[in-house]
Amino acid sequence: MSAAAVHSLWTTAADPISKIETPKIEYGQLSPTLIVIGGALIGVLIEAFVPRKSRYYAQAFLSAVTLAAAFAAVVALAAGGYGTTKAHIAAMGAIAVDGPSLFLQGTILLAGLLGVFTFAERHLDPLAHGNRVDSFAAQAASVPGSDSEKAAVKAGFTTTEAFPLLLFAVSGMLVFPSANDLLTLFVALEVFSLPLYLLCALARRKRLMSQEAAVKYFLLGAFASAFTLFGIALLYGYAGSVSYATIAQVVDGTVTNVDPALAGTMGNDALLLIGAAMVVMGLLFKVGAVPFHMWTPDVYQGAPTPVTGFMAAATKVAAFGALLRLLYVVLPGMRWDWRPVMWAVAIVTMLGGAIVAITQTDIKRLLAYSSIAHAGFILAGVIATSRDGVSSVLFYLAAYSFVTIGAFAVVTLVRDAGGEATHLSKWAGLGRRSPLVAAVFAVFLLAFAGIPLTSGFAGKFAVFKAAAEGGAMPLVVIGVISSAIAAFFYIRVIVLMFFSEPHPEGPTVAVPSALTTTAIAVGVAVTLVLGVAPQYFLDLASQAGVFVR
Amino acid sequence: MENLIALLIAAPLLGAAVLLCGGRRLDAVGHWIGTLLAGLSFVFGALLFADMLGKAADHRTVTQHLFSWIPVSGFQADVTFRLDQLSMTFVLLITGVGSLIHLYSVGYMEHDERRRRFFGYLNLFLAAMLLLVLADNYLLLYVGWEGVGLASYLLIGFWQHKPSAATAAKKAFLVNRVGDMGLSIAIMLMFTTFGTFAFGPVFADVSGTGEGKLTAIALMLLLAACGKSAQVPLQSWLGDAMEGPTPVSALIHAATMVTAGVYLIVRSGAVFNAAPDAQLVVTVVGAVTLLFGAIVGCAKDDIKKALAGSTMSQIGYMVLAAGLGPIGYVFAIMHLVTHGFFKAGLFLGAGSVMHGMNDEVDMRKYGGLRKYMPVTFVTFGLGYLAIIGFPGLSGFFSKDKIIEAAFAKGGTEGWILGGAALLGAAITAYYMTRVMIMTFFGEKRWQPDEHGHEPHPHESPKSMTIPMIVLAFGSVFAGGLFSFGDRFLHWLEPVTGHQEGHPPVSAAVVTGATLVVLLVGAGIAYVQYGRRPVPVVAPRGSLLTRAARRDLLQDDFNHVVLVRGGEHLTRSLVYMDHTVVDGVVNGTAASVGGLSGRLRRLQNGYARSYAVSMFGGAAVLVALTLLMRAV
Repeated sequence: MSAAAVHSLWTTAADPISKIETPKIEYGQLSPTLIVIGGALIGVLIEAFVPRKSRYYAQAFLSAVTLAAAFAAVVALAAGGYGTTKAHIAAMGAIAVDGPSLFLQGTILLAGLLGVFTFAERHLDPLAHGNRVDSFAAQAASVPGSDSEKAAVKAGFTTTEAFPLLLFAVSGMLVFPSANDLLTLFVALEVFSLPLYLLCALARRKRLMSQEAAVKYFLLGAFASAFTLFGIALLYGYAGSVSYATIAQVVDGTVTNVDPALAGTMGNDALLLIGAAMVVMGLLFKVGAVPFHMWTPDVYQGAPTPVTGFMAAATKVAAFGALLRLLYVVLPGMRWDWRPVMWAVAIVTMLGGAIVAITQTDIKRLLAYSSIAHAGFILAGVIATSRDGVSSVLFYLAAYSFVTIGAFAVVTLVRDAGGEATHLSKWAGLGRRSPLVAAVFAVFLLAFAGIPLTSGFAGKFAVFKAAAEGGAMPLVVIGVISSAIAAFFYIRVIVLMFFSEPHPEGPTVAVPSALTTTAIAVGVAVTLVLGVAPQYFLDLASQAGVFVR
Repeated sequence: MENLIALLIAAPLLGAAVLLCGGRRLDAVGHWIGTLLAGLSFVFGALLFADMLGKAADHRTVTQHLFSWIPVSGFQADVTFRLDQLSMTFVLLITGVGSLIHLYSVGYMEHDERRRRFFGYLNLFLAAMLLLVLADNYLLLYVGWEGVGLASYLLIGFWQHKPSAATAAKKAFLVNRVGDMGLSIAIMLMFTTFGTFAFGPVFADVSGTGEGKLTAIALMLLLAACGKSAQVPLQSWLGDAMEGPTPVSALIHAATMVTAGVYLIVRSGAVFNAAPDAQLVVTVVGAVTLLFGAIVGCAKDDIKKALAGSTMSQIGYMVLAAGLGPIGYVFAIMHLVTHGFFKAGLFLGAGSVMHGMNDEVDMRKYGGLRKYMPVTFVTFGLGYLAIIGFPGLSGFFSKDKIIEAAFAKGGTEGWILGGAALLGAAITAYYMTRVMIMTFFGEKRWQPDEHGHEPHPHESPKSMTIPMIVLAFGSVFAGGLFSFGDRFLHWLEPVTGHQEGHPPVSAAVVTGATLVVLLVGAGIAYVQYGRRPVPVVAPRGSLLTRAARRDLLQDDFNHVVLVRGGEHLTRSLVYMDHTVVDGVVNGTAASVGGLSGRLRRLQNGYARSYAVSMFGGAAVLVALTLLMRAV
């Protein structure tokens, strides 16, 4: 049953005499999501029916084509004015088709496409018994180190299920920021979370660590989902509806009595405040804000690096999109309540991420803490509660996702006998041995640090400007201080790469195929273009910065 | 049509990119690509010129807006080009002389392995210089300003295997930094004063601004001009810059880049007009430099360094004229253009001589070369006549006007400035006659070098002589063409404004005096160098000669006053830095690091404690939300 149908059942259940209407679904406007789901389903069929030898090619090709087609659909919708003048709420009130939705969906799809490229990379690991292998376990179900694992490796198995899992995750992420009622929001949350849990467990090397990461992510994710769901229930009790528009109206006081059965609880502000805080908490978990961030370093480190890159970029985009819509569409009426709280979260997130990153020794954990600090910066833009706030966050997310995927793609290249060499000490002197790779990584690090002429600067500037204009000057000051702290550890890696003696048994830099090269090159190109000439994209984000209500 | 403006810059920029990124496979054709793109840029310039001529004098300014770089409220950094008569003049000079020198370099750099790179740098220079003169605001001008500085640095040090070239490049770069600081401070002052740095609004707002602020801005602009145009006190780099290949000396360090300071002053005329004190300083700088350069030029035996002194001196004339305000702007630019022709021609001639003399630069080892290099002799000779101001040739018209304008300044100042300009003209005639005689007349004085190779002077190839001939035409006719019917004056007047100067004595008297001092200067040189043999080893000379050989002790002065003083200052700053600043910084860093180490322990790897953290966080979140409603 589709989310929309569930929704219509839900909203009509309270009224036993009304007949069930046939749901009216605008398939064209939902086409990006539908294409991705369709592609994922075909991917499942491929796993079932295509011979093992050809599956990799079929899956990689299918995924790339699906995501590209979905992106084309997003562009077509945007060109058709659905982001601006024709923005409206589709699928019986379940999905909002508007500027932020389309912008974020486009970003997620491009991130997914680059993710597919890194997923499909088969030139980095040495041949296993004559077979080219990717980053994923030969057979996910086999116990690490067991005979069945060895047999699977010998037989040249690969977990091509990773591709449909990615597509499923993307489909959930597409719905997440455009969900226009709380149930759709929750369903989308689970749809993209479950495949990610699985993907995290699939690493070919260091499998125990990978499985540990997956279990942690799953347990904590379930825990966070429970909060979200409970919050949704409380909000329903408060407003008598799960629809964003109705809740917003009840918060504003324009609608007072939706459902006679809920007369006892409706309008009880305690329900609203606690419910809102809990739903927000679930979203803060996904964006990795302090103190809900603790899964991030462990999961980022344990997951296969291509998955980490994809997850770090796309999840953040989707979750911030949902958070924006929740705060701007559902809860603008109580912004005097949530703004101080978000202030506090943003401050501890910026400072916490930046400070703890200083003592990290593993490049993936370092990037994980960096992503936490960035979540804090983005929250500063969210708090602006203005159109500029929305567009600056949109721009930041787009800029950040390309840098992130590119950076993690570079991490996959630096390898030693045990797989990826992620310990920072091994990166010493990389700039002398592989100047190009080190230079590219340096570009990404400078973008993370927000140095001018990179997208990071343009994004940070936009976000801080919006926050300052929104009256959050102290937040901007703390943001700048955190940036200074963060710059220390980014620059430290650059210093390590270029000004230290190379490690004698240092890692080698694998030569990737065109796939990873494309992902990295696109990352660098976007980083520089958004840094040197950001105006067009800032305008685009600014155009897309209006939510439909 | 105005869309061509960007192409004007884009052509050489493309050339630079292609040549510098193209790698060895372009070695065979690189120099022709560079020359072609420079020529293309000249063609665009000529088309725009033709278009401009078709318009009424007051409607000739066109602008092209490319894009805005991060417009923020109150801060507008536009990439906009402005083509008016002033920038048009420069565009034609830069691309025209630039193309000729590209062509010349094809022959001159023929045996250099890194010729492709050389042309890449030359193209980069053209692009940056065009950006400088086409920018519509000071910030964009600054980009071009830095760009030509970079190109100049790269080209002076082009033969980087010679330590002297590397040092000279560094010296030029460092001295220019001082001037560049002036420009950046001027831009910042403008921004705080006017809230913008676009030409139009700044010049429009000048009238309502206090003179003190305008004087400060003008003096900072002058500092910038001094650095780029090698004016006292930032003159020391130009002589050493002659370490670069001769085409570079001709293009960058004679015809175009070093005149950027004059452009800056004339372009900012509105600011200077409103700051008479700053204008006085400009004239003083110009007058001092024109004498300084001329005196240095008299003592040098290195042909290029003698010409470098002359360049400094001639730019001194231009700066002097620019400092005179509306009575001088037009003549500053006119002298700049004619100087661009004859000085480029002279340098190319010097290069041609060196080319035929195994790269020998000491004029005491030349002599009698007119027989061996007839084309070089004639073109160099015409350039010589032009620079000393021989009646009818280019330099005569432009320099004479400047001297008249200096007298027209009025009062004691007018007499002093005019006298300095007149004295400079005499010295110019002296040192140029000296160069001419020592190089082309008298007995041959060259000897075999330590390897026993005797130079075999010969005429240079066509690719080198053709540009020299073309430039010689410019040296002869440009001045007359410009002065006939005051054509140049009417052309430039809508941009710079003009005011007729009235010298205390009639113009004819000034012209007559100029001709007399010219004859005196040339006569003395003839007596000293033409009538008796030139010693191959330089005689000890008087105190002044020895000082002039050492560039009037400029380096000694800089060393004692700036380097020593700077060393003391940095030492005390380093001490401060180590004790006070580092103490604070390291203390902060250590405490942040310690905090990091402690916080890190919270991340213990147990999912249960993560869950507790989340639960606690959720509880705090809910409590805070409720609390916010309660208060």
